[in-house]
Amino acid sequence: MIDAPSSAWFTVHPDWHWLVVTYFFFGGLAGGCYVLAAVIDLLGRERDRPLARVGYLSVLPCLAISGVALIFDLSRPDRFWHLLVEVHTWRPLFQLWTPLNAGAWVLLAFSFFALLSSLAAAAEAGWLRWRAPLRLRSPGVAGAAIAVIGALLGLYVASYEGALLAFTSRPIWSETPFIGPLLVLTALSMAAAYLLLFGLWRRWELPGMRVLQRIDAQALGVALLVLVALVVSLGGSARALLSPINLLLLAALLVVGFIAPLALRMRGRGVAVAAVLVLVGGFLMRTLIVFSPYGASA
Amino acid sequence: MAEPVGFFTDTTVCIGCKACEVACKQWNQLPATEGGQNTLSGDSYDNTRKLDGTHWRHVQFIEQFTEDRSDGRWLMMSDVCKHCVQAGCLEVCPTNAIIRTEFDTVVIQSDVCNGCKACIAACPFGVIDINPVSNTAQKCTLCYDRLQNGLEPACSKACPTDSIQFGSVKELRERAATRVQQLHDGGEKRAYLYGADEKMLGGLNSFFLLVDRPEVYKLPPDPKLPSSNVPMSALVSGLGALVAAAIALVNFRNRTKEP
Repeated sequence: MIDAPSSAWFTVHPDWHWLVVTYFFFGGLAGGCYVLAAVIDLLGRERDRPLARVGYLSVLPCLAISGVALIFDLSRPDRFWHLLVEVHTWRPLFQLWTPLNAGAWVLLAFSFFALLSSLAAAAEAGWLRWRAPLRLRSPGVAGAAIAVIGALLGLYVASYEGALLAFTSRPIWSETPFIGPLLVLTALSMAAAYLLLFGLWRRWELPGMRVLQRIDAQALGVALLVLVALVVSLGGSARALLSPINLLLLAALLVVGFIAPLALRMRGRGVAVAAVLVLVGGFLMRTLIVFSPYGASA
Repeated sequence: MAEPVGFFTDTTVCIGCKACEVACKQWNQLPATEGGQNTLSGDSYDNTRKLDGTHWRHVQFIEQFTEDRSDGRWLMMSDVCKHCVQAGCLEVCPTNAIIRTEFDTVVIQSDVCNGCKACIAACPFGVIDINPVSNTAQKCTLCYDRLQNGLEPACSKACPTDSIQFGSVKELRERAATRVQQLHDGGEKRAYLYGADEKMLGGLNSFFLLVDRPEVYKLPPDPKLPSSNVPMSALVSGLGALVAAAIALVNFRNRTKEP
């Protein structure tokens, strides 16, 4: 450690591994899906409503997977509720300056709005006999308000992991502010890719499908710029990215997650392949972010 | 609140006997072996390797020798939780499991901790880890139970050379300054105090007298509070979220204008 580039290199890893990667991946997908569904609902064409419906209906399953991963990553999963309740007084615990506590509350609130929108989507799809939930989706003031609040919570869920990782002393995580934007931008591209794949599977020919391709490509393009800024901002600690595993992950991410899908989008070919690559790239990105501090050994 | 207390560890008189490690384990009923097995590290006399959930004291052995070992010196240091005045672990704990005691020390309440591991990543010194017996984060408590009963911590009580000294932080700092002066007068000009003043995380209640750079002792030269990273990170994350929202909004807004 004598030639360590920063004091962060003297810290130890919290053993956040695949469950945290899973948590970030499905949390990001949930946030991205809700944002896109809400935007389609509020600004899109009537014909694109099925896309929004799939988006809304996908949020709760993603949040469920994400939540289970988060709980089982705890060393004491039986005490997950300690994140929300003060153990000695049984009062709600608001330590909102800590991203984990704030994140737990926001996840709860987001799940509530996702439930409302899912009920509306399910009613619209004819899965429910109960018609009242239709009012929970736009057009209509209540539906619009739910969409806007839910989308804001979704953006928070997709991006707050950046602050969560920054609120540590670990190399890379604590040394750059660009992890959050990278996560939220790739969350948007992943969600667009996921909705596209669903639409292609159902052989939908909706105008929104082309828009999703544009969104996916633009979000990826900006994310690539953010990734470059992230590496530059690390200064001497970028050395941690040169470990064999990190180099391999970074190379795979650049090729699979950025260059190949962007090239396919630019040529207007391989829509489904590009979408799959975007999802794989999103997972690789989160894997690299979570595991990268392991490369920090002087 | 009682007077803040802590440790002053004078590494120049440490003889590497590990009595502190043994006393700590005995008093705190920590397992002596890893899974029932004794393993050798091959790193000098250091088989403890690091501070973690079951090793709350760690005696480091640093061999500084020439290649033919004809000349050189040993550095030995009993490392421990620093009980920072501005403690990174305490500020990140989402469950209120980590508290500051009436002695100004930092203690993890094992019955509250749910093992989220945020404190492990937050500690600038890499002190905390999960105790595999309780599955909660644990570290030195500065023998909170002994302090409450008017006893000094087990490690300093057991130290045969007074390398580890326990007392009020104010008094320890005065004693440490005198010791540094004594070493300087005796020709050991490299002696200095690590963490004794408020510049480092508001002051470390466990501070050290060192005779080489902090990095040599695996100590960070410039530890920072995790919260210092958050405002910039939150701002940039917010901007990222705005850009993501703008991409979605602009594309679907254009969509409505298309025929």
